[in-house]
Amino acid sequence: MLRDVQGPYYGEFGGRFVPESLIAALDELALAYDQCKSDPSFQAELSDLHRTYTGRPSLITEVPRFAAHGGNARILLKREDLNHTGSHKINNVLGQALVAKRIGKTRLIAETGAGQHGVATATAAALFGLECVVYMGQVDTERQALNVARMRLLGAEVVPVTTGSRTLKDAINEALRDWVANVDNTHYLLGTVAGPHPFPYMVRDFHKIIGEEAREQVLELTGRLPDVVAACVGGGSNAIGIFHAFLDDPDVALVGFEAAGKGINTPEHAATITMGRPGVLHGARSYMLQNEDGQTIESHSISAGLDYPGVGPEHSWLHDIGRASYRPVTDDEAMAALRLLSRTEGIIPAIETAHALHGALELGKELGPESVILVNLSGRGDKDMETAGAYFDLFDRSVK
Amino acid sequence: MTSRVEATLDACRDEGRAALIGYLPVGFPSLDESIEAAIALVENGADIVELGLPYSDPVMDGLVIQEATQTALANGFRLKDAFSAVRAITERVSAPILVMTYWNPVVQYGVERFAADLAAAGGAGLITPDLIPDEAAEWIAASDKHDLDRVFLAAPSSTPQRLATAVERSRGFVYAVSTMGITGERADVDAAAHGLVERLREAGAQHVGVGIGISTSDQVREVQSYAEGAIVGSVLVKALSDGGVPAVAALASRLSGQRANVEPGLA
Repeated sequence: MLRDVQGPYYGEFGGRFVPESLIAALDELALAYDQCKSDPSFQAELSDLHRTYTGRPSLITEVPRFAAHGGNARILLKREDLNHTGSHKINNVLGQALVAKRIGKTRLIAETGAGQHGVATATAAALFGLECVVYMGQVDTERQALNVARMRLLGAEVVPVTTGSRTLKDAINEALRDWVANVDNTHYLLGTVAGPHPFPYMVRDFHKIIGEEAREQVLELTGRLPDVVAACVGGGSNAIGIFHAFLDDPDVALVGFEAAGKGINTPEHAATITMGRPGVLHGARSYMLQNEDGQTIESHSISAGLDYPGVGPEHSWLHDIGRASYRPVTDDEAMAALRLLSRTEGIIPAIETAHALHGALELGKELGPESVILVNLSGRGDKDMETAGAYFDLFDRSVK
Repeated sequence: MTSRVEATLDACRDEGRAALIGYLPVGFPSLDESIEAAIALVENGADIVELGLPYSDPVMDGLVIQEATQTALANGFRLKDAFSAVRAITERVSAPILVMTYWNPVVQYGVERFAADLAAAGGAGLITPDLIPDEAAEWIAASDKHDLDRVFLAAPSSTPQRLATAVERSRGFVYAVSTMGITGERADVDAAAHGLVERLREAGAQHVGVGIGISTSDQVREVQSYAEGAIVGSVLVKALSDGGVPAVAALASRLSGQRANVEPGLA
């Protein structure tokens, strides 16, 4: 069963390409996670938190007025945007924070791009009384200023990263450097299904609840499985979370939508699987954007959360074995879908998520009115109002 | 086949001393100056050169080395320049050159092709900060085939089994990471360093180099009292950045205890 693959390798992808200094911590984490995974009291504690704190199970919402623009297919949204803190990220964060507590770590560090993972980590740190430091590229602290304020309000220290391209990839480098130096008391709460083993495996496990709930909900609502499951892919955590429960349903197509930025025929995109090739970045072998010499290329996306030149190794593997496919969506296509969902359904999605929404419209036109398309609505758009306001010219000039 | 790095360390031992291993990145501040700086390093007492390959995501490096290697990349450094630099240095001095590189550039160049070209250029081997022996089957095969040294890292946090693996798979020396952290100057050598070297001895290590946070003559002497080599990096890079090749020459001579050997034109 494809669902049973647990790393460290996914085909030729994955592994642990990190300094030796981190291996003991990765071994400790892998062991602790496996113990937690089989420990009913751990699972009960996490389920209870999800019910009373996260707000799970999250809803399924059918969006016919939106779907009218996508071939009148049945488009169903898995509402991870309604989770506490506003995105799917909380699923992984609560799970890892509980593991970190069990192994006696008192300090959480995290990287963040859009700020959603940073906010979720700062939230868990506040909830569990842990110290928290979030690394965020300086470019992202500027375009996601509201989330910076949220993290600080929650008691976290936010460190703007000024090296390299000053975005998510550099925030991960800085978090890894911190971890190398402070691994005794610190857990690196990695926010996506990338990085060295056991992160891709553990983070996927904490997010697979999305697909497990959605599979039941779609069956109940429509009496059958969806034809396609769609999600946006940066590192790939929300996508793997909703894909996982369907991996062994051969009639369900899985489609990930990558950020094509200003277009995949320009240098400014983040379409890692579409345009990249395998290499080693941030501790794992996977597809990545790089030049001939193996230097990482800076990515571009209007959405900070997809602005990453790598992708989780399980996605690379699903792509290579043909189980999932990955398509590019441009900044402009995503922004149009964001406005369309807002105006037809009264739901403002995150810009990241809007890439999958554009994808769902494309799929609907291809598959027609009888088809059922499940989309992971991974996050809400409140954090993106600066970007959307500028893009759509929504601010009164005298005020802004 | 003998390791040139081990032969150098053994020769130092026969002289009743330990080696000075100096790190400098290739391509900083320019390709030509990085070659001259490496030569000055050897002419002023460094026994082995660790030539760093600039990489976009250097997670083991502190700010000094990050800034230098990013400058090299911004100036247009290409992988092929590393081979020409190794060739240019080995034509003028006989100290072994170990290339320090993160793993992806080697993967993209092709592990076998990289090994062949490094050997052809006269390089002695690789130090691989983000390649652990567990993931290194291809590199171990290629380095055996081309008679290259391979230096794996050992950390204070490594288990006895992992230390044994690092010792067994390394050739040249084992790189003992003195402290849990990244490259950069520190006030004192971490006490963990001495303990780690002793644990490496118990695991059978004949040749150990100690690096990370070693920047003063006193720290070099301290480490040389219990290891075969002391590895100095950031402070040399800083000297090159601040005072050019003459500053590297002067610092290397202080660290090695050898009288300064500066070409008149450079002094």
